Amino acid sequence: MSETLAALALIFMQCSLVAFGGGNSALPEMHRQVVDVQHWMSSADFAALYALAQAAPGPNLMVGPLIGWQVAGLAGMLVTTVALFGPSSLLTILALHLWRRFKDQPWRAVVQAGLAPVSIGLVAASATIIVRAVDHEWIFVAITAVSAGALLRFRIHPLWILAMGAAVGWTGFGQ
Amino acid sequence: MATTQTEEAPTTFGLFKGFLILGLTGFGGVLPLARHMVVEQRRWLTGAEFIELLSLCQFLPGGNIVNLSVAIGLHFRGIPGAAAALFGLIAAPTTVVLGLGVIYGRYSHDPHVVHMFAGLAAAAAGLLVSMAVKLALPLRRKPLGIAIAAAIFVAVAGLHLPLVPTMLVAAPVSIFLMMTLRG
Repeated sequence: MSETLAALALIFMQCSLVAFGGGNSALPEMHRQVVDVQHWMSSADFAALYALAQAAPGPNLMVGPLIGWQVAGLAGMLVTTVALFGPSSLLTILALHLWRRFKDQPWRAVVQAGLAPVSIGLVAASATIIVRAVDHEWIFVAITAVSAGALLRFRIHPLWILAMGAAVGWTGFGQ
Repeated sequence: MATTQTEEAPTTFGLFKGFLILGLTGFGGVLPLARHMVVEQRRWLTGAEFIELLSLCQFLPGGNIVNLSVAIGLHFRGIPGAAAALFGLIAAPTTVVLGLGVIYGRYSHDPHVVHMFAGLAAAAAGLLVSMAVKLALPLRRKPLGIAIAAAIFVAVAGLHLPLVPTMLVAAPVSIFLMMTLRG
């Protein structure tokens, strides 16, 4: 049990500290660790938990505590939450002091420009991994494509898209 | 809208309350709501101050909105403020996510529920695809940026390389390339 908790702590601390460009950048590493390395759950279960976290309000890293809960109950959830939010928060506190000092340094813009394509590549990888885990029937491919298309084309609240996907899924059509 | 004038600084409890409401209502992305609350509604910060704190948080690893709550809390009330804002932000979502997780676990044998969650997961995948496309669009005319993003994509999604060593190599290389080849 304590080995599992230690593994959870280590995994989510790493995820939090390398997630440049927001929570979705950490998804590929969470998936690799939780599914491929630790074998805690299947890829489909991982995608289902990710979807649950998306349906809930709040930051998109909330999939972490949910994975912790599934793997090791309440203790797992607490450990995951602290690991996911603690180190990056401490880093933010330290960085805020430095940031004020280096406000007008030109290298800041260069670093930002250099990190941007890295995080874009990571989010694209996240999307591919989740799509691969979810879209094993034509109906799911269709739901994903319509959802993405609608969000790109129209100003529509993401919650409507999730409700639509859940409703189409509920009918069992094409499954 | 008067977004250049700020009201008086929030208390530690005020920070907790504000971010608790954000966490509860921020479906599908908290960031736009955060700006609305912090700048327009409660006027804790001016628009420019908000952008400055946000750009710091986007520059740091971790969830942008999570880091932003810490930065805003720290800005007004030091460490206690940072803790209050962070706990406020994650308290409600943690509870909701657990509730959904329990439902998923309990009814995971009911075919309707299984079908529904499969549909939900497919739609959530669509959300992520649209976000990836939106992020990638500004790279259209930047071949170097496209090359770096594509290399990361192949390394992580194709070759399944672990993220920590990948980032330790990719981030400095990308910054170096941008510095030397740009303009």
